[in-house]
Amino acid sequence: MKFPDPEITPEVIATHGLTEEEFNRIVEILGRRPNYTELGVFSVMWSEHCSYKNTRPLLKGFPTKSPKVLVGAGEENAGVIDIGDGLAVAFKIESHNHPSAVEPFQGATTGVGGIIRDIFTMGARPLCAMNSLRFGSLENSENRRIFSGVVAGIAHYGNCFGIPTLAGEVDFDPCYEGNPLVNAFCLGALRHEQIARGAAKGIGNPVFYVGPATGRDGLAGAAFASQDLTDESAEMQRGAVQVGDPFMEKLCMEACLELLATEAVAGIQDMGAAGLTCSTCETAARAGTGIEIELTKVPLRGANMSPYEILLSESQERMLIIVNQGHEEEVKRIFDKWDLPWAEIGRVTDTGSMVVKYEGETVVNIPAKILADEAPIYHREAKRPEYLEKSDAMTLAQAPELTDVHAALGSLMSSPGLASKNWVYRQYDHMVRDGSAVCPGADAAVLRIKTDSLPPLKLNEDGSPDIGTEVPEKYLAMTVDCNGGYVYLDPYNGGISAVAEAARNLACVGARPLGVTDNLNYGNPHNPELFYQLKESIRGIAEACAFFEAPVTGGNVSLYNQNPKGAIDPTPTIAMVGELDSVENVPKASFQNQGDVIVLLGDPLDSEDALLGLGGSAYWKQVHQLKTGRPPRPHLVREKKLHDTLRELISKGILTTAHDCSEGGLLFAVAESCLSEDVDFVTGRMAGVELDLREIQKICNGRLDATLFGETQARVVVALPEDRFQEMEIIAERMGTPFHRIGQVGETLVVEHEKLAETEGPTLTVQVDETNLEWDLARLRSDWWGTISDKMRLAT
Amino acid sequence: MKVAVLQFPGSNCDQDCVHVMKNVMGVDAHLVWHKSSELGGVDAVLAPGGFSYGDYLRSGAIALFSPVMGAVREFADQGGLVLGICNGFQILCEAGLLPGAMVRNRSMEFVCAPTLIQTQSLNSPFTFKTPTDRPARIPVAHMDGCYVAEPHTLDELKKHDQILWKYVDNSGQCVPSANPNGSVENIAGVCNREGNVAGLMPHPERACEPVLGMTDGKWIFESLCAAVKGGFQRRSAA
Repeated sequence: MKFPDPEITPEVIATHGLTEEEFNRIVEILGRRPNYTELGVFSVMWSEHCSYKNTRPLLKGFPTKSPKVLVGAGEENAGVIDIGDGLAVAFKIESHNHPSAVEPFQGATTGVGGIIRDIFTMGARPLCAMNSLRFGSLENSENRRIFSGVVAGIAHYGNCFGIPTLAGEVDFDPCYEGNPLVNAFCLGALRHEQIARGAAKGIGNPVFYVGPATGRDGLAGAAFASQDLTDESAEMQRGAVQVGDPFMEKLCMEACLELLATEAVAGIQDMGAAGLTCSTCETAARAGTGIEIELTKVPLRGANMSPYEILLSESQERMLIIVNQGHEEEVKRIFDKWDLPWAEIGRVTDTGSMVVKYEGETVVNIPAKILADEAPIYHREAKRPEYLEKSDAMTLAQAPELTDVHAALGSLMSSPGLASKNWVYRQYDHMVRDGSAVCPGADAAVLRIKTDSLPPLKLNEDGSPDIGTEVPEKYLAMTVDCNGGYVYLDPYNGGISAVAEAARNLACVGARPLGVTDNLNYGNPHNPELFYQLKESIRGIAEACAFFEAPVTGGNVSLYNQNPKGAIDPTPTIAMVGELDSVENVPKASFQNQGDVIVLLGDPLDSEDALLGLGGSAYWKQVHQLKTGRPPRPHLVREKKLHDTLRELISKGILTTAHDCSEGGLLFAVAESCLSEDVDFVTGRMAGVELDLREIQKICNGRLDATLFGETQARVVVALPEDRFQEMEIIAERMGTPFHRIGQVGETLVVEHEKLAETEGPTLTVQVDETNLEWDLARLRSDWWGTISDKMRLAT
Repeated sequence: MKVAVLQFPGSNCDQDCVHVMKNVMGVDAHLVWHKSSELGGVDAVLAPGGFSYGDYLRSGAIALFSPVMGAVREFADQGGLVLGICNGFQILCEAGLLPGAMVRNRSMEFVCAPTLIQTQSLNSPFTFKTPTDRPARIPVAHMDGCYVAEPHTLDELKKHDQILWKYVDNSGQCVPSANPNGSVENIAGVCNREGNVAGLMPHPERACEPVLGMTDGKWIFESLCAAVKGGFQRRSAA
């Protein structure tokens, strides 16, 4: 053989991230010792990223079925859900945390590229993206570099590809320093009959490689992502970061959708994590067949690449297509039209084995099904973390005094995690494809699906794609949420709260949950305390998803998010997709009309919460630098009633405003609704408000901090015209949702950001026990709007 | 009425243009592949937004070598109406069909947000149906939208009524803060001297339906459609 086969020593096994037991299992499976290339193949396929070996038993607890689930979790590259009229959506979220820590721009671009490929692999046309991001404090220049690189990377890929990045969340906490989280979501639409499968069906069918040539980039990236990050690993693993080309992906997507409209495709799979290795053995495993490929036929862009390198490369924008025999010409015609490389590299066989040859000589021969599906499974030890004893013992008596209420709200408004994310979402094209009915900055995004959102149905005689007859327009809502601090302080309830918040955000635009895709970001599972966080929060998520009838259709697990300084807060990101009956009455997150009545829907306080909603609150974190106390508990029954009430009120067109009241508390939620209307590039709208919170304060045992900044769950701030108040009352009472009239919208003012400093304008006044508080909205807006861009400008 | 929407590799607003022309304006519209050397008997051509050829050289720079651009040039030379939007505007500038050029936004960042643009001249088939009492609210989404031109070119543009749209604030003032990309004199869009070829950075096709929150983009397409039906005569300027 042309390439030397290094000896398999214990060191070589260890550098491949495999244990001795795992190596012995490999020997058992093969009936012989693996060669170097085979060892590499097992190493990536048995990484956590590909095999879920540490989490599979826990993930079994997730509800995965509903009458609307057409393709369920784990079956294919993404789940597919029925949205009626013969239409369906495919969606999924996936992490690119480790690569983004090492090379933020490329790490983020390839995260977006990977998830888009998962969606069109299902036969769906990718329609919108979201993301969930976490970084260390922006006071640190390295964190700013990573933040700006990640945002620019997401923007570069999504904007060029032509997919609107319609929503997301960004938070900052020292625990993410050196361990940024980059979770990318994509949703696509298709007709039921267009669902494609990643199975190597049909013995004798040719296997095609399409897309750009394979290089040495991203070698064994999946294995890299399944280790702790150290300075050394970051330096050494820069080569494990892939390079993204959104232009190539756009062409590849259009070509694949055109090809899927023909009779040519028996199976299709993207080459993502573990590249050619994963796609060949998984497609064979799904179909119960074997697959044989010849590596010298693979288009290469690196000189002298060894079989090991070719197999484990994670070069981007490549697809594997199993073609029905006799249809080879169609593949060639369509990929030539799009000027994309293609190559026939092998055949489907009946051996059940993944066989890889180089110059005709076998370099890999492994049973495909065992490789793909029978990775070792570990039941790790879980131990309740010691820090929880201390944080659970936190009492109100120990709580810090609220000394300056004016400064406290100002500090929340200007903390990067709570401030406006315009610096981020304005770098993302969030309007391309003419479907963005509710844009970033709202509680949930709303996307229109129309006929041209679908993949082509067939090709016309001249070869042009035909999208078929008109379909009815559909509206979907989506959001991505997780309060990592809550999960850290109470893993089980924090998991429930993440799902409840997502469902609440959907309800704020009148949507009903359809399904969930989750991105489980944690530290090293070998640490029993960290494994406890994982286990308990997953239990909470599973319970809440079942309660809201939102099946989990797939997702991603990212472990080892820790460096020598420590682990991240457990951050199970929940991306939830819902459906709207009508888009006509969707309320805004901001206050609209002078005279509208402001109402707090939901119980103002959880009477069993000894900390009155202040545990783990943003107020304690931002104003008092405290991350402690048991966070407000979720209450699923109250949540459900609240969401049903919201949907009923919205369907009747009663609400002009609905805004989730969670992180930051009631005063922050109201302040955001006073400020959050974008008019155009330079202009925003503010709405003055008069609140009377004396009654709420009484309910909160007279405590001002709990009244203003407590984060009691299952609450939403709404506004409505005075003459619809009675209707609201009747509906809320009938549906069992408590409500309190807390104020009224005053004058509104449209003002340019630049002129905020000299603007005399509307105020936010709050009547509380014995005093009247007042904030100048122009000042608040200036802080809230400009915080992130000001910090990033300082960075350059 | 028949409209051709050009489709380059990397175009990504092509379907949006077809959608609006068909479903909002009610006219026939179809995609024309960049390798095609004919447009097929159309009344107007739209060069849509996107990242043609990935914009890896200079935005719009490679597209002009596509066979279809020969047909567009011929169509334009015969007085046909051609409108370039965003990347389409960049392509028409690179092809020399429009004066000036586009460079990176002064902020060095991609910007996606609604802007206000004020029509500067009604002496154009792309604007003559535009209300003048208020600016149009139309979003931008670009990285390379800073319009630049030599001083003598700017003089020519003014002399021949070729500046069609400028970014303004909500009181209609042409102030620097209203300019999303640093374009010279807040220019958002221009036309050629004959007036039949125009380009703009904002995306009117994203502002034609109430459900998307903006509708002023229709003004431009309504003008275009009315002009095709013969309702417009350009006055020679200067």
